[in-house]
Amino acid sequence: MSEFSLYLLQQLINGLTIGSTYALIAIGYTMVYGIIGMINFAHGEIYMIGSYVTFIVIAGLLGMGIVSLPIILVIALVVAMFIASTYGWTVERVAYRPLRGSNRLIPLISAIGMSIFLQNFVVLAQGSRDVALPPQIIGGWNFGDPSTFEVSLSYMQVLIFAVTFISMTLLTLFISRSRMGRACRACSEDLGMTNLLGIDTNKIIALTFIVGAALAAIAGLLLGLYYGVVNPFVGFIAGLKAFTAAVLGGIGSIPGAVLGGLILGVTEAMTSAFFPSEYKDVVSFGLLVMILLFRPSGLLGKPEVEKV
Amino acid sequence: MTSSKLYNAIFAAGIALILACLMIGVKLDTDSSVLAVKGATAEQWIWIAVGISVVFLSQLFSAQVDALFGAIPKPNFKAVLPQEKKMAVLKPWLISAVIVGMLIWPFMVSRGTVDLATLTLIYIMLGLGLNIVVGLAGLLDLGFVAFYAVGAYTYALLSQYFGMSFWACLPISAGLAALFGFLLGFPVLRLRGDYLAIVTLGFGEIIRILLNNWTSLTGGPNGISGIDKPTLFGLEFNRRAKEEGAMTFHEYFDMDYSSSYKVIFLYLIAVLLVICVIYLINRLMRMPIGRAWEALREDEIACRSLGLNRTAIKLSAFTLGASTAGFAGCFFAARQGFISPESFIFIESAIILAIVVLGGMGSQMGIIFAAIIMTILPELAREFSEYRMLLFGLLMVVMMRWRPEGLVPIKRPNLELKQQ
Repeated sequence: MSEFSLYLLQQLINGLTIGSTYALIAIGYTMVYGIIGMINFAHGEIYMIGSYVTFIVIAGLLGMGIVSLPIILVIALVVAMFIASTYGWTVERVAYRPLRGSNRLIPLISAIGMSIFLQNFVVLAQGSRDVALPPQIIGGWNFGDPSTFEVSLSYMQVLIFAVTFISMTLLTLFISRSRMGRACRACSEDLGMTNLLGIDTNKIIALTFIVGAALAAIAGLLLGLYYGVVNPFVGFIAGLKAFTAAVLGGIGSIPGAVLGGLILGVTEAMTSAFFPSEYKDVVSFGLLVMILLFRPSGLLGKPEVEKV
Repeated sequence: MTSSKLYNAIFAAGIALILACLMIGVKLDTDSSVLAVKGATAEQWIWIAVGISVVFLSQLFSAQVDALFGAIPKPNFKAVLPQEKKMAVLKPWLISAVIVGMLIWPFMVSRGTVDLATLTLIYIMLGLGLNIVVGLAGLLDLGFVAFYAVGAYTYALLSQYFGMSFWACLPISAGLAALFGFLLGFPVLRLRGDYLAIVTLGFGEIIRILLNNWTSLTGGPNGISGIDKPTLFGLEFNRRAKEEGAMTFHEYFDMDYSSSYKVIFLYLIAVLLVICVIYLINRLMRMPIGRAWEALREDEIACRSLGLNRTAIKLSAFTLGASTAGFAGCFFAARQGFISPESFIFIESAIILAIVVLGGMGSQMGIIFAAIIMTILPELAREFSEYRMLLFGLLMVVMMRWRPEGLVPIKRPNLELKQQ
């Protein structure tokens, strides 16, 4: 292969890595939107909290003298998912549930308030500076000719692909096979009717927030380890990107969120391959406006019908 | 008190404990080279305990808390103000008294106070602009500060590259901000409201990134300095005129130079602009277009079935709001004399939104009060400045929960069916 195509291959790998974490965050947006028709503005902050908890747990375990990497990662994953889910549940309980049935604008504003609150809560509790974690998973495979261009696939990237794939499979099984999953699907069809049929819709809504937050925490762990840095402001831009991914794939559709995340990740990687990397945010935002202009229902979404 | 309440309260306290422990209870230590965690100090643990007990008690007595917040008195203007007929006679006098008061007042107080008042007036202008979008038309705009930035940079660049004056740039800034609003609103406003919120959020961020990175034009993070101050019919307020032959204000009127003239002059321009904005918005609200904004906010489907053009109406509100921000931005650049992307971060948008929410969406009086509170309180409580944003966020949640109509709710003519 030529040098240029190897370079593109490298960018594709990097793009898919970032894209799969966008997909994990985007699922949280898409599930909540699918059921209550609202954007969960605090979702990006949940992802950020997931990253912080991961760092705290890893630093704590290393401090205690536990060095076995798989044990550390599993404990960090479980704790981060648990804490982030608790935050997700609390956001729903405080900012959404008391306001159900009021004007659409009102829960939206309270969710933004929640997002500002959480961000500044972390700033006050953990400081606003970058926190760096030395790389835990080192090494990888290299392809190609070292004298021209070498494509590298690090173990960390493989871990990201694997964890994302496993979480997606589990989520799909949960949604399509379990009783709770069936209730979720029913709620997204028709919330009022589901309620009439004797399903506790409040519980299902809380569940979607919890599942979304848990997936965001997985993304927080993976991206935290991949970049090795976290600060209280990462949630804002990541949330924006993941929302773009959700809209790109068609908001409300879970496979759509995955597809959207991957496309967005690759687009960004390709952009930063040819332009200064500061402009990759501009491109992904431009993409969002373009989709809204030409295909508002997204790639896999169904067109919205307004009901009286 | 039932046992389910106690159970709820214990559950909520448990959740609060989980939430607090891993965030406040342990802190990542960034000082040493190796990442480590350290436990919280005793003082912090006391705060966590206080927080948890607050959660516990508020859940235990949730009915009483609800009642307490619900019972915050709404200002009853009817009791204070005279009868409607008398009011119609008194109103012009009241308004002129307020205006005269605002014009005389700066000559009696210190320079710093006048400067703070000017800042407050900028926020009032921004609040009123956002009020058109959020309060009247019901569109959530989270990137309002982007239009403010467009206005500010328009004046700064035009004055730097072409030497244009403040007064010439004022309409251009507003127009350019409106154009940006139009271009952004056009694709998005056809869709459901929440998309607008996130697209404007992204737009605000993009404008900031562009300003930060387009160094050749905007000076990047260093910003633009030495922006000309406004002039009074060509009279400058500096000690010496910039160009040969031009006169300064104190030379023309044969007075001693004083730097407070400039501050007072800026304040008076701000008053003028705010009065213009209030007057225009009041007129617009009574025009068919203003009625259509509010009607569309209340019931979109009903409006469309009555033949109102949804996109055009929303777009007009969005564009007008943007142009007000452009106005304010142009004045802001002139007042500061220096602008950089730092002044146009998301937090500014959040503060403006908090002003609108606190004052009461749609209520101009409320927004003016809220803007005054929001700019003066941080000045008074400087030692709490790090908690400012935390409190803003909390305030938004609490307001939406108990008082979505704001502190000074707007009085709308309404008719209710009486129960037989």
